[in-house]
Amino acid sequence: MKILGLDSSGIVASVAIVEDDVLIAEYTVNYKKTHSQTLLPMLDEIAKMTELDLNSIDAIAVAAGPGSFTGLRIGSATAKGLGLALKKPLIAIPTVEGLAYNLYDIPGLICPIMDARRKQVYTGIYRFTDHQLKVVEDQMAVSMETVIEKLNQYGEAVTFLGDGVPVFHEFIAEKMTVPYSFAPAHVNKQRAAAVAALGEIYYRQGKTETAMEHVPDYLRVSQAERERAEREAAKADANS
Amino acid sequence: MKDTLILAIESSCDETAASVVKNGRTILSNVISSQIELHKLYGGVVPEIASRKHIEKVNQVIEEALKDADVTLDDLDAIGVTYGPGLVGALLVGVAEAKAIAYAKKLPLVGVHHIEGHVSANYIEHPDLEPPFLCLIVSGGHTHLVIVKDYGEFEILGRTRDDAAGEAFDKVARAIGLGYPGGPKIDKLSKEGNSEAIVFPRAKIGDCPYDFSFSGVKSAVLNYINQAQMKGEEVNRADLAASFQKAVVDVLVEHTMLAAKDYSMDKIAIAGGVASNGTLRAAMEKACAQNGYKFYRPSPIFCTDNAAMIGVAAYYEYMKGTRHGWDLNAVPNLKLGER
Repeated sequence: MKILGLDSSGIVASVAIVEDDVLIAEYTVNYKKTHSQTLLPMLDEIAKMTELDLNSIDAIAVAAGPGSFTGLRIGSATAKGLGLALKKPLIAIPTVEGLAYNLYDIPGLICPIMDARRKQVYTGIYRFTDHQLKVVEDQMAVSMETVIEKLNQYGEAVTFLGDGVPVFHEFIAEKMTVPYSFAPAHVNKQRAAAVAALGEIYYRQGKTETAMEHVPDYLRVSQAERERAEREAAKADANS
Repeated sequence: MKDTLILAIESSCDETAASVVKNGRTILSNVISSQIELHKLYGGVVPEIASRKHIEKVNQVIEEALKDADVTLDDLDAIGVTYGPGLVGALLVGVAEAKAIAYAKKLPLVGVHHIEGHVSANYIEHPDLEPPFLCLIVSGGHTHLVIVKDYGEFEILGRTRDDAAGEAFDKVARAIGLGYPGGPKIDKLSKEGNSEAIVFPRAKIGDCPYDFSFSGVKSAVLNYINQAQMKGEEVNRADLAASFQKAVVDVLVEHTMLAAKDYSMDKIAIAGGVASNGTLRAAMEKACAQNGYKFYRPSPIFCTDNAAMIGVAAYYEYMKGTRHGWDLNAVPNLKLGER
């Protein structure tokens, strides 16, 4: 089985081809250029390098959120366009789960954190049991304080990763009461190889969708919708 | 000669659209998914909501356009897509989608300027129209008076110094409680009003007689409403809408006629969302007839944002050899005539 993996959910742009248990190619860039300028040229580069016939892939796995709204849409629109043109299914990989899969089979809890602004992080809590990734707490948008409270309650060693680490480094040091560590550079950010490898598992479980169906899972409504809901709630309060 | 088929995608604002165009002038399909109802709740287009809707709809709209045209991706010669100007997040959906399809099908990619698309809408129903001609482009974001020297080549004679014409319509519509989108609502209400009832200023710009300014007339309308409110007088909304509309249309027509005379142009076209305004169409037609100019305007369905016009513009760019790479980005403030 051959899976194309795409991740443009954060500052990293990453593209990979995984065939069964072989990573054929991966191209990961952590640079400020917009994903619109990098993602497809990166795919083109590895496709040329490995003489890839795009028609030979079985499915397209994409980091489907949470993340930067625009970044997610660039990844999703790319996956949807490829899926439409190649008539291949898509696999929506929850971004935080994809991040956690980088740390295969490590002991203890895995806690990816992505800076979500507005004093929140996109996060989740995961562990490996019997060599399988288990979701302890599904991905969510919460304050860093809330995550740390949860982790302290579980009482197990935690490995942190993600672009939220440098932002909350000091806060973690201050608040954590259980042992913790930070994942090293080669596995601490989004990697399309992890998205594609996890995609293979999802594919075998039948968790695919059509290119037409696929939409990102933002975990958050837009600012305009949120503010409108707040206004409506305030109006309802005033009337009651 | 073999036909040239182009699939075009447009997502620069609040319509998700796709179209298949044959040989640059024949529209085989024209699918538009409008989000207007969604944005009405907010009194205008909300960029993040627009972008989210685009990604939900884009594949469906494309598949429908291919089906309506009775073609497959294998029949196509190129993919055209709007890459600016517009809302960056909205543009990016169409751009990323178009690039991925073109890449997977090994098709040439042609990025299109949204306004060049609006101008090109005139070619759809007027087989005889060819450059050079004078074109007034009026929409919610743009007011330009240009000479279309050749396909995709423009000489800008005049532009707005402040608000776009459509923007002024939206703001005035909001002020008199008509809601969004303002253009069609003012046009409709005006039919019941007297356009001579209130005299609003027509701005002239000394150093460039073809430039426009609409913030003055907009402010005059707002002042008129405020003063009436302070005096406790009822505003006749239909008279106000008709008088405001007349002030805007007068200036648009007058500047266009002046440019036509100065540059000896005998073919006049209009384009953009405001080009579907009934009063503007009638006034321009009348002025053209008086001066012996030939007048061209797209049907309202091709005035609003659509992908057919993008397909037409893409065709002429494609024939000139314009090709974009896989690194094509959205350019929210793309200038007319820039690549």
